[in-house]
Amino acid sequence: MGRTTAEKIFAAHLRDEPFPGTKVLDLDRVLCHEITTPVAIADLEWRGKDRVYDNTKIKAVIDHVTPAKDSKTALQAKILRDWSRRHDIKDFFDVGRNGVCHALFPEKGYIRPGFTAIMGDSHTCTHGAFGAFAAGVGTTDLEVGILKGVCAFREPKTIRINLTGNLQPGVYAKDVILFVIGELGVNGATDRVLEFHGPVVEAMSMDARMTLCNMAIEAGGTCGICQPDMVTVDYLWPFIEDEFANKEAALEEYSQWCADADADYDKILEYDVTSLVPHVTFGYKPDCVKPASEMSETKIDQVYIGTCTNGRIEDLRQAAEVLQGRKIADSLRGIVSPATPKIFQEALSEGLIQIFMDAGFCVTNPTCGACLGMSNGVLAEGEACASTSNRNFNGRMGKGGTVHLMSPATAAATAITGVITDARSL
Amino acid sequence: MKKTFGGPAIVLDRSDINTDEIIPAKYLTEVTKEALKPYCLEDLKLEGFDANGEVLKKARVVVTRENFGCGSSREHAPWVFEVNDIHTVIAESYARIFRQNMFNCGMLAIELPKSDIDALMLEKDANGAIDIQVQLQEQKVVAKGNGQEMSFVFEISPFDKALVEAGGWVEYADARY
Ligand code: SF4
Repeated sequence: MGRTTAEKIFAAHLRDEPFPGTKVLDLDRVLCHEITTPVAIADLEWRGKDRVYDNTKIKAVIDHVTPAKDSKTALQAKILRDWSRRHDIKDFFDVGRNGVCHALFPEKGYIRPGFTAIMGDSHTCTHGAFGAFAAGVGTTDLEVGILKGVCAFREPKTIRINLTGNLQPGVYAKDVILFVIGELGVNGATDRVLEFHGPVVEAMSMDARMTLCNMAIEAGGTCGICQPDMVTVDYLWPFIEDEFANKEAALEEYSQWCADADADYDKILEYDVTSLVPHVTFGYKPDCVKPASEMSETKIDQVYIGTCTNGRIEDLRQAAEVLQGRKIADSLRGIVSPATPKIFQEALSEGLIQIFMDAGFCVTNPTCGACLGMSNGVLAEGEACASTSNRNFNGRMGKGGTVHLMSPATAAATAITGVITDARSL
Repeated sequence: MKKTFGGPAIVLDRSDINTDEIIPAKYLTEVTKEALKPYCLEDLKLEGFDANGEVLKKARVVVTRENFGCGSSREHAPWVFEVNDIHTVIAESYARIFRQNMFNCGMLAIELPKSDIDALMLEKDANGAIDIQVQLQEQKVVAKGNGQEMSFVFEISPFDKALVEAGGWVEYADARY
């Protein structure tokens, strides 16, 4: 019997199986940010175990609230900063070099096919786009990861999702994943990995694959996984060129992590995306989705473009294409937050920032900010936000506020009209 | 540190209660568990529920529906229960990270089928209050309202049981790896 990508990675990283069904894995990466790590650090200190298992495998960033907005967030940043210095964690990203974790770490080439990674952040599933097993965990798992380099999992089953057909112009990875979550439901993939296959995924860039995998958790999934291929190798090449004679050699090495043709799946789902249209969410659960065109009565107070789901350069290009030569509606505010400094600079040199500013957008530094209602665009009671993020929970972006999730193109079109708008209708 | 389980229960009759509802993100700036205490379930959207009410204050057990604790990975969700002396959650099902976080803290995330949860909720409705005892070794939940005693057997993986007995994952992992 063949194996899925996750099964191959589990077998290659198995440290211990204390009980049948419980697998303790060695970790290639332990990723840290300033919201969930400080408590782990404090607990390690309290236990007299202020150590790290490997300072080259641990990466840390201040990203959720940055630059600090008050004394409390300044303290969180300081705890992470001091700890990184104390343990000589070289890959630590502070103000000026920092960006949203799930955009920054992949951009630095830290995630490779076949890797295991954990982070105290539910959207760690994003990194599966590289053919890795990456899972969000709580602070205790993170703490043990930092100290021992291991994490325990129930071995997840895998749901295979075959995406066939062709995406129409103006329809993006975000629309695909919103649609898939609508089909699966918010717990349709609990204790499961979502393995994405098919020509639609093969044609996607790494940016788009990350958008796809980012929202696996919104269906309860442990990780979203794409198959490593030449697109993966091209993306990673600047970081791996010393390790391989050529790209073909890298591809051959990485292909070992591709699922076997006869792998055993929990379920195989197939969706032809040819007739898929731009989707948005309504209500307070990410599986409440419908076509954007059916939501054109919904008035919006704020448009937010950015986050680990859709704050990458391609996302900004797609939004700017819609905004070019246009102005946002007087009735709303527009905020764009490029996810990393590199993306910000690319957007500057490509003229995208100019387009956003001409349209009337506020451009912020790279940060999570408004995505979790902590800074840079928190909603007031009763307000509605069109957001390219991944969660529309009640109060997520501010108490009493409503969030509608959508692609950058749909968000840009919405900014222009003031109501939810399918960009293709402009 | 090992925990005690059981006591008066609060019933949250809704599925998909997420971690933002259990503890809103704006309190994630706290760096101690104790500081979270006043904010338990502050943003929960549920008819008749009062986050400042006596029922929640007295509760030691939460009884709820499907996919409890979905959303963010924040361990602040189990912690806000922990510092309010709620060490047991009983639900039809959980989101993976929340469930693991509970066991990692040495607390119990018990799964019971819908029919058992229905029975617990009916008993609560009939009597206004319900008291739940947990027998970990026997893997049994015993519930007492004014009516007769009900008991339910639950499944728990040997690993999760070991974590509860060890007092959490840090203790377990430290002794072993
Ligand atoms: S951008 Fe939003 S979803 Fe992504 S890591 Fe930051 S807070 Fe979490």
